[in-house]
Amino acid sequence: MIASANQGSTTTQDSAGAVDDPIVFEQLLRLQAAREQRRDRMRRTGRQVVVLTLFICLLGLAYSAYKVAGTAIDDAQSGWPVIGSILPESDDLKMPPFLDIVSGIFEEPRGTNEPFWSIVGKEAAFTLREAAVGFAIGVIVGLSIAIVLTTSGRLERALVPHVIASQTIPLIAIAPIIVIWGRKSFDFLPFEWQDWMSVSIIATYLTFFPVTINGLRGLQSPRPENLELMDSYAARWVQTLWRLRLPASLPYLFAAFKIAATASVVGAIVGEISAGVKGGLGRRVLLEAQRYTTGPERLYVAVLGAAALGIFVFAVISSIEYALVGRKGRETVT
Amino acid sequence: MNETGAPAGAPPVAVEIRGASKIFNPGRHNEVKALEDIDLHIDQGDFVTLIGPSGCGKSTLLRLIAALVDSSDGTVLVNGKTADAARLDRDYSMVFQRAGLFEWRNVTRNIELPLELMGWKAADRRRRSAEMLELVKLTEFARHHPAELSGGMQQRIAIARAMSFHPQLLLMDEPFGALDEMTREHMQTELLRIWSETQITVVFVTHSIPEAVFLSTKVAVMSPRPGRIAALIDNDLGPRNDSTRDDPAFFANVTAVRDALRGGH
Repeated sequence: MIASANQGSTTTQDSAGAVDDPIVFEQLLRLQAAREQRRDRMRRTGRQVVVLTLFICLLGLAYSAYKVAGTAIDDAQSGWPVIGSILPESDDLKMPPFLDIVSGIFEEPRGTNEPFWSIVGKEAAFTLREAAVGFAIGVIVGLSIAIVLTTSGRLERALVPHVIASQTIPLIAIAPIIVIWGRKSFDFLPFEWQDWMSVSIIATYLTFFPVTINGLRGLQSPRPENLELMDSYAARWVQTLWRLRLPASLPYLFAAFKIAATASVVGAIVGEISAGVKGGLGRRVLLEAQRYTTGPERLYVAVLGAAALGIFVFAVISSIEYALVGRKGRETVT
Repeated sequence: MNETGAPAGAPPVAVEIRGASKIFNPGRHNEVKALEDIDLHIDQGDFVTLIGPSGCGKSTLLRLIAALVDSSDGTVLVNGKTADAARLDRDYSMVFQRAGLFEWRNVTRNIELPLELMGWKAADRRRRSAEMLELVKLTEFARHHPAELSGGMQQRIAIARAMSFHPQLLLMDEPFGALDEMTREHMQTELLRIWSETQITVVFVTHSIPEAVFLSTKVAVMSPRPGRIAALIDNDLGPRNDSTRDDPAFFANVTAVRDALRGGH
């Protein structure tokens, strides 16, 4: 009953008489093309890994090359007036040697018996928890707002400007307010409020916005005739939301989730710094900045850790997207 | 397929429209009189085409029957009920110019969409969608996604979806308008086969004269601004096949419809 559309079974279908339909025959040719496309995609992934490795090597090379030039400018002092004023000078304190940064990842800082990558990793995990909770709340809040705004064009026109305006308030200004509220006013909650939760709320503030804006576009993306189709089936509003509007908005939502996930990490780090939370990458960056003269490479490693965390959350969202949305059109042959 | 035997005497009425009109944006600067004083009577088992130039209100008339648009005046009855009651009872099903399949669902799940909305059990849905795939002769594509199908196949799936819950009335809004001529004729033959197998009532909007004459038992010729039914032409060509397109009676009716369309201006 289900044709497996291999070259082999094409002939069986022929004898079964299915292919006297010209449209069906054309379809079999299409399937072949789709299979070849899939093979190409695998090759592309392999190429991407090679490119990434090369890119990191190039980055290290560029960093080192600049450092050589910058140090030469520094050493020459008055001899390089023009270049020295355009290209800033450099030395080991301003730009620790590239290999020092690499070895800084594995060194145990004085007073600890733990490699630095492990310390930064724990801070990153702390920040990740704040960011993840902030992201989750942001998605729920953002999507709820988008769904409510979808119900009425008037509501949308009235509220969207306020949603946009909310993002013009500087995060650093509201962060301490939220921390103070958390410590003083959230007694009614069934659990004890902790400072990292305030940081999550700060991250939420950044994450709900792209979800609302893109979610609204996605929920409104079905064509009029698809909405008419649901009406003609006498579908209830919730059925149309669940079976048409939400699935249609998934590509839009995942674009928003990727922005929101990286924004939640930024929000958590900024939140930690301005809220004075104990723990997290934000605090680590502050700490290493204070200790810079005794170990500049550690600040670099902490910043790299923040970048890695951002890339990590982006990759997680991308793979969920691939599993949910990217699969369509690949389920061809059964 | 044919569960209800044809009753004796006059066939029951599927659609009854009396004095219906439709004005969009009444009282505003962009007021449009789309339909005026429409009378139309469609018996069960009829295949009626609505034909007319662009903007003559034929799609609006179809949406009036579907209760997707409210009439400004007059009455629209479907199976003896108001159009909206018929919509809520799922008496009819609609097919649009774009197949409008949900790209995230495979063919089977697209066909099962209306059944899901009606709360059918999974096993019943599976059985019915298999039946429908057989009806449109696309069984081997049950698990494909719409993007992998040609335009003609997508439209056949859309018809299968529309027929899945055995509605009594099929409303089609230029369903083959986006297809090439070859596919179009193929689809017309397929539609007539399905129509004769299921004895469903069809209201079919088109702007192609040969399509209207080849398919229908009655052709309602519409004139524009405001939309009216200028003529209702009986089109009794008997059972159709590919040679019908070369039949003198076919050409005679094509000429009759063309004359009526010209007279409408």
